[in-house]
Formats: sequence, structure tokens, C-alpha cells
Amino acid sequence: MSTDTQSAPQLSAPQPGPVRVERRLPRFAPLGLFVLGIVLGAALSAATGFSVTSTVVYGVVLGTLLVYVGTRAVEGRRKATDRLVTCLVTTAFGIAMIPLISLVYTVLDKGLARFDGDFFGMSMFRIVGEGGGAYHAILGTLIITLVATIISVPIGLFTAIYLVEYGTGRLKKAITFFVDVMTGIPSIVAGLFAFALFTLLFGNDFRAGIMGAVALSVLMIPVVVRSCEEVLKLVPNELREASYALGVPKWRTVVKVVLPTAIAGLGTGITLSVARVVGETAPLLITVGLITGTNLNPFDGRMATLPVFAFYQLTQPGTATQAFLDRAWTAALVLIIFVMALNILARLISRFFAPKTGR
Amino acid sequence: MAKRIEVSDLNIYYGNFLAVEGVNVSIEPRSITALIGPSGCGKSTFLRSLNRMHEVLPGARVEGKVVMDGQDLYGSDVDPVDVRRQIGMVFQRPNPFPTMSIYDNVIAGNRLNSKRMKKSETDELVERSLRGANLWNEVKDRLDRPGSGLSGGQQQRLCIARAIAVEPDVLLMDEPCSALDPISTLAIEDLMAELKERFTIVIVTHNMQQAARVSEQTGFFNLNGVGQPGRLIEFNPTEKIFSNPDQKATEDYISGRFG
Repeated sequence: MSTDTQSAPQLSAPQPGPVRVERRLPRFAPLGLFVLGIVLGAALSAATGFSVTSTVVYGVVLGTLLVYVGTRAVEGRRKATDRLVTCLVTTAFGIAMIPLISLVYTVLDKGLARFDGDFFGMSMFRIVGEGGGAYHAILGTLIITLVATIISVPIGLFTAIYLVEYGTGRLKKAITFFVDVMTGIPSIVAGLFAFALFTLLFGNDFRAGIMGAVALSVLMIPVVVRSCEEVLKLVPNELREASYALGVPKWRTVVKVVLPTAIAGLGTGITLSVARVVGETAPLLITVGLITGTNLNPFDGRMATLPVFAFYQLTQPGTATQAFLDRAWTAALVLIIFVMALNILARLISRFFAPKTGR
Repeated sequence: MAKRIEVSDLNIYYGNFLAVEGVNVSIEPRSITALIGPSGCGKSTFLRSLNRMHEVLPGARVEGKVVMDGQDLYGSDVDPVDVRRQIGMVFQRPNPFPTMSIYDNVIAGNRLNSKRMKKSETDELVERSLRGANLWNEVKDRLDRPGSGLSGGQQQRLCIARAIAVEPDVLLMDEPCSALDPISTLAIEDLMAELKERFTIVIVTHNMQQAARVSEQTGFFNLNGVGQPGRLIEFNPTEKIFSNPDQKATEDYISGRFG
């Protein structure tokens, strides 16, 4: 025993000494150096004719350089590389955020002008100038998206269940392949497909919300299949085996063990796939078109939808141009709010339906 | 209740790979049969073939006969789901259903099969099964809490309660104690000693002391080399296996000279 403990340190390489003490920059020094770089950038920018863009570009480059050089001089190469990469990653994040913030700001700025009761309470029926609203388009979007969801979720969910629980061999591979192909279909092609399908079935002049719903389903089904498939794969096989070992048939195992275990992920995936199609414009433009009045029956006649409404307000303004532009921006704002609400709903679903640990 | 299982000339395959070859054995009712042997020798595979859980895996198949009370479990007219109702199983890792409470986990076998029961009957079944699994006193005040909130040993006993709640004739246990501490292991061994009054128990274990402690019969599996099928080398009363085994390989394994 004692010989063991004595010989052990000799086997391992040199004795670990006390932790090396290194010179460190004060805590706020890197940030200070970066700000100094921005200030220098502003000065440089002012020297060449001031602009915000050049200030930011010069500033970030100079700031990153200052942080790197300063850290390298005091703390050494490893820390300097660490800070350099931190600067690069943060800059990349900042660049990625620019379009998002700019977009939200612009839409809020221009959309809030008509974000009023009339916009949600009135249609465009017999309105050619100011006033009016998107009541018909909001309800149209909700109805068409709902019908598309009703079509897509069973097909998508059952396909995912087939792929994960039952599928084997060639058929499974073929389905997976075609689902992948469907994911990449341009939305205009989905719209043309629905248009052609309904023209063949019901003749040339047929127009109905269901056409748009079918077009959206073509886009939505592969997304539902993919997300549900991934979620079902996450259900541990042990639970299926535990259920089989109790003498539970396979279909009951799927319905009562696998699906409830995965319900949070399924709900999230489906909600996000709805968010994916709610703003589609092209397929709706060529199938359901647009009307000024309110049509709530998805099986007969044209319907208005928010994306198409925004498109026409923008491209075919009447006499009161500004009123049309305002309505287009507000329609865009409402669409963004829909998508955001769906994303929040998805998060809530995943939080509330997740299996509880009970600790 | 407890039934005898006769296995003859059983070959077990994964696809084209022969995993276990030529098993002949008779498992006695109301007793504990232990299966020991090195990793990868086919103990668990053999155990899973006894209640047709083996064929759940894609490509897995079985040749030979497993006869329980005169009926071939692999007969063409036998529904594997019925087989599993009569031969329950407890797995290596505790696997309570995470979406269900302790109460619902115990009656999962009945509820998942949509068997209609009165509230008083289910209450009684839950208490009987949990008492049978030595868990009642620990969980009786929190039956509505999720099963995954219990400790590992408690979860495993919950799984045993779930398995015995469907009143099987045979209970298969695949290394039920390998993830548990010695105290939980002891609790489950005591439980097995009680359960063998009512069930036929087959247990796979890597713990030879455990096999010696709990079982009446012991089977030793071994394989000649990687890629070779596993075989049942020796099947004898536990006392004989651990004191005077017929085969040299058994003696080597038990005394720790290989494997």
C-alpha cells in the first residue's frame, strides 16, 4: 500500500507545481480599449468626411486591433487570441442582428400609423382612398392557414409516425428522399400545382380559399414531417420496449406512450411549420387572388389574405397613394406579429407539455 | 400461475448473424433461474427471445421451440402480444413512463390496453402491486407524482410493480440491479425471493454472488471468440455450478480465471 503511493508520482510526469501567476489586464481594460478604438475610428471618419457607417467600420477594426495588441503585450499570446476571437464572434453577431433590428424598426415605424381599430374592424369594400382596413384579409389568412393546418398535420404526422415506427427498406428511403425534395420546392410551384389541380377538377373559373390552403399544405407537409420525425426519434426506445413487455400492441404503444412523450416537441414543430407558411405570398397570389369585401367561406370565391393584401396595396396604389402605403406597412406589421405570436406559442407548448420530473 | 418453460434447439439470429446457438433448457416453475456469462455471449438475447421481445428489433429472428405449458410460443398461430402479457420483463435501466404518475405507471399495463376497471379495483391493484414490489410505504403519499421523480432503486421497483400488475406467469429480469447501489440491490433480491412463490423468474446477472444468493438453477453462457455464436455451456442447480461444475469453462469463469 505505502510503496504504491510512493511510486505513483514517479510514473506521472513532473510534479505539478503551484498554479502559474500571470499578469492580467484590469477587468474593464479590454472593453475600454475597444471603446478607444471606436473613438479613434470616429476621429478617422471625421478626417475623411464624417459618416456613421465609416465610423462603425473603422471603429470595430481599430478596436479589435487595439484589444489584440494590448492583450498580447500584457497577457500573452493565448489570451490575445481568445480576445481576438471574442471580438470577431461578437462582430459577426452584431452584423447578423442589423437586418432584423432594421426590419422590425422600419415596419414598426411605418406600420403603426394605421395600427388602429379601423384596420382590424373594416374591410376594403367600396373604399378607394383613405380609411378602410384589413379585417377581410386577417380573417382570410387565419381561415386559409387553419385549413392548410388541418390538411397538413394529419398527413405530416402520420408520415412521420410511419417513417419512425413502421417504415423499413426502400419505401422508407423513397419517402425520406421525396420529403427532402418537397422541402426545396419553390412556393410559386406549389401555387401553380394547386391552381392546375383545381382547374382540372372544377374548370377554368374556379376560385376558392381551399386552393390556397392546398398550395400552403404542399409547402407545410414536408416541414411537419421533418420536425415530427426528429421529435419521435428522440423518444427513448426503452419506453417502447417497456410498453411491449407489458403486452401492449404496437399501435397502442405509439398512440399512448410515444405520442404523449413527444407531445411537447410535436406541438412546437407544428406551430413553427404554421409560422413558416402564414406569410407565403406567391402561391396565394395565383390561387385565391384578392377581393375587397369579406369572404369567410374557403370553398367558394376569392378570399383576401394579408400577404397578398400588402402586395396589392403596395403595387397598385389608387389616388391616395400614402393611405395605400400605410395599409401595406400595417399589414406587414400584423403578419410579423402573427409569426412572433406563433413562435411564443411554440415555446409555451414546449414548456407546459414537457414531461415533468417531479423533483 | 407460474409455468414451466421448455426450450429446445433454439437458434437466435440478428439478420444473418447467429448470436446464440442450440440452447436446450428447462426452466422450472416457482423458482429463480439465473443466467451468467461474459458480456456479449447472448444471455440477454436469449432472455428476450423467451417473451418474443427479440423480434422487435429489425431483422431479428429465432429458430427452434420455446414451449410454455405445452404451447409453442413461436407457433404460427401465437400472437406475440399475448405472449408478452403472460411473460413480463424488467429491464436493465429503470424505464418508468415519464408522462405518467406513479399510480398510472403501475396500472399502465391495464390502462394502455384500455381494460375497463372500477376505481376501487384499480386502487386495490395499485396497492397490491406496490406492496408486492416493496415500494408501497415509500410512495403511498405521492402516488400522483411523476414516476421519474423517484430514486433509481425506487424506479426499478416501480418497474417491477408495473410488470407484476398485469399478473404474468413468468418474470424475466435483464440485469435488474446493475444500475443500483447495494442497498437497493438487496431490496430487489429480497423481493425476488418473495416473488418466486408466485412467478417463475429468470434473471440475467453479471454479479455471480447475486446468482449464488438468489437462484436455484444457474445457466452459464459462453462464446468461443468474437463473431462466434454464444452457447449454453452448462445448466445445473446453482449449488453444483458454484461448488463442483461439470465443465472446465464454468469453473474458470466462476473462479475468475478468465472473462
